[in-house]
Amino acid sequence: MKPKGLLIDITKCVGCHSCEQACAEANGLPQDAATDLSATHYTYLKSFNDETVFVRRLCMHCNEPTCVSACLVGAFRKTETGAVLYDESKCIGCRYCMQACPFEVPRYEWGSLAPKIQKCRMCYERVAAGGQTACAAACPTGATMFGDRDDLVREARSRIDANPGGYVDYVYGLSEAGGTSVLFLSAIPFEKLGFPMNVPKEPIPDLSWRVLSQVPKYAVAAGVLLFGINWITARRTDVARFEAEERRARARGAAESGVRP
Amino acid sequence: MKRSGAFTLTFWKSVAIVLMALGFAAAVQRYAMGLGATTNLKDTFPWGIWIGFDILVGVGLAAGGFTIAATVYIFGIERFRPILRPTILTAFLGYLLVIAGLMVDLGRPWAIWHAMIMWNPHSVMFEVAWCVMLYTTVLALEFSPVVLERFRLRRTLRVVRAVTVPLVILGVILSTLHQSSLGSLFLIIPGRMHPLWYSNIIPFLFIISCVAAGLAMTIVESFLSARAFGREVELPLLSELGRVIAVVLALYFTVRLQDLMTRDALRYAFMPTYQSAMFLLEIVPGVMLPFGLLLVRRIRESRTGLFYSAVLVLLGFVAHRMNTTITSMEHWPDRLYVPSVQELAVTLGLAAFGFTAFALVARYFNVFGEAPHGRAHAPDAPAREVAAARAE
Repeated sequence: MKPKGLLIDITKCVGCHSCEQACAEANGLPQDAATDLSATHYTYLKSFNDETVFVRRLCMHCNEPTCVSACLVGAFRKTETGAVLYDESKCIGCRYCMQACPFEVPRYEWGSLAPKIQKCRMCYERVAAGGQTACAAACPTGATMFGDRDDLVREARSRIDANPGGYVDYVYGLSEAGGTSVLFLSAIPFEKLGFPMNVPKEPIPDLSWRVLSQVPKYAVAAGVLLFGINWITARRTDVARFEAEERRARARGAAESGVRP
Repeated sequence: MKRSGAFTLTFWKSVAIVLMALGFAAAVQRYAMGLGATTNLKDTFPWGIWIGFDILVGVGLAAGGFTIAATVYIFGIERFRPILRPTILTAFLGYLLVIAGLMVDLGRPWAIWHAMIMWNPHSVMFEVAWCVMLYTTVLALEFSPVVLERFRLRRTLRVVRAVTVPLVILGVILSTLHQSSLGSLFLIIPGRMHPLWYSNIIPFLFIISCVAAGLAMTIVESFLSARAFGREVELPLLSELGRVIAVVLALYFTVRLQDLMTRDALRYAFMPTYQSAMFLLEIVPGVMLPFGLLLVRRIRESRTGLFYSAVLVLLGFVAHRMNTTITSMEHWPDRLYVPSVQELAVTLGLAAFGFTAFALVARYFNVFGEAPHGRAHAPDAPAREVAAARAE
């Protein structure tokens, strides 16, 4: 299966909140109004400019997800559909994924005694069975569009090219964190809509791998160096002790020979 | 060192008991009600003082363990042996407290053993977890002679003594890896941290600063135990450590300043912001002032001067770790974090438990046995002969 994705065209969104409702329904979550992403709201429609512009928040499903690399027990995985999934049976609850995510997406069940991470699953089961995500299916204006990520990238480019005055010349998610499955188009600069613009344009896991991959080399080098230093100091101690004994023996010998005659 | 067996309640003992009781109560409440009800952690602020203080500071203060062990066993500088055991004990207890803190902070603490069988070598947290497990084991073994002597388990003691050097070397490698990996944890979040603290050399900064803090902890611990156990403090040795700290602080300050300037982040230090104030509080009284004090021989070689310089180094170190985990992630006014009463209670309770455990172990085991006047220990004898031989 080709990796799927979502193209969210902010200019087409009318703010009907159908995506939120469909998401809650598909995932068995309560149907209450969202005020932000939360453990029970996998997507959230935020309004800007006096409720004239609406921006969806949801997991970006990075191509090389930071959460996948950050989790020490490998509770996250990037699936063949493009969805990034979390497995609570592995999780130990360190919350490094929440800290690591450049889009601050993973949410925690703070009230639970066995808390889990919650976030958008890009309707993994539906997509794997050949369907599309609940939010895309529910969107009445086509603002959220489901498809192969490659096709969506082309679609995004052609929309900008066809109407250069109607869009900012930027596809958010094309290169953020090395590329994400969720892409955004907008008529207003993204930084004015709360999008983090300082997200590195390379896969973020590389930032720690650069250091982590040096660990074996460091361990070997440090081990050799420390054993070497220890060998030298130990040898010096041995020599000093030997010389001290010899000197004592000589002194004893001289004393004995002095007594005898 | 042996005193009468009767338990007398002093001021500090009662403080420790109250803090431990409150901490225990807060921990019970956390397990009964969950993290949300008992902490001020939230989705936008998932790590608080349990990570920032109990873990990052706790591990840093244990750094005296690998520094002094390497000094004595690897560099063969035998005159530091008297402070070796108490320092190893401090480090060992430090690591046990870190694990205790983790058990409170983790959302699913019963699954902590997953780290042993579910591997993700691409995760810095994976390196952190393995360093904690392995280095705690190494510290236990490094401290074990004290226990083995006490119960006269001579054969086991011989085995441990035989592997001391490889053990210490393993300890140095693991400990430096652990200190640096705690810094590497932050490499992955460039966007969220304030530029005064985010840097790609943060693992390196963490190693340098932990050496200063570990040695400062050794000094403070020596003064406190001298007072508690009515012993003489090893002032010349500790002053020497003070000199080493000054050198390490100078190195740290230079590298830090250089890093801030290359990243063009130094300008943030002099802006009328909360972050700038916290940065200056960390650097001026926590690094520059103790550096200046320790440079002066009269101060370094006086009890009060050395003690308070070391305390300043510790405070500066705590400020750096807390600023890295907390201040650098805060934004006025939408993202602020103040620890809850329960979070404070657990942290203070764990610290009080650390002091109490140290006092109890020192009371019932021969922790200060390798003191300069103590002749009882065979391993010291050849060293003294060597010193005598060299002097001739």
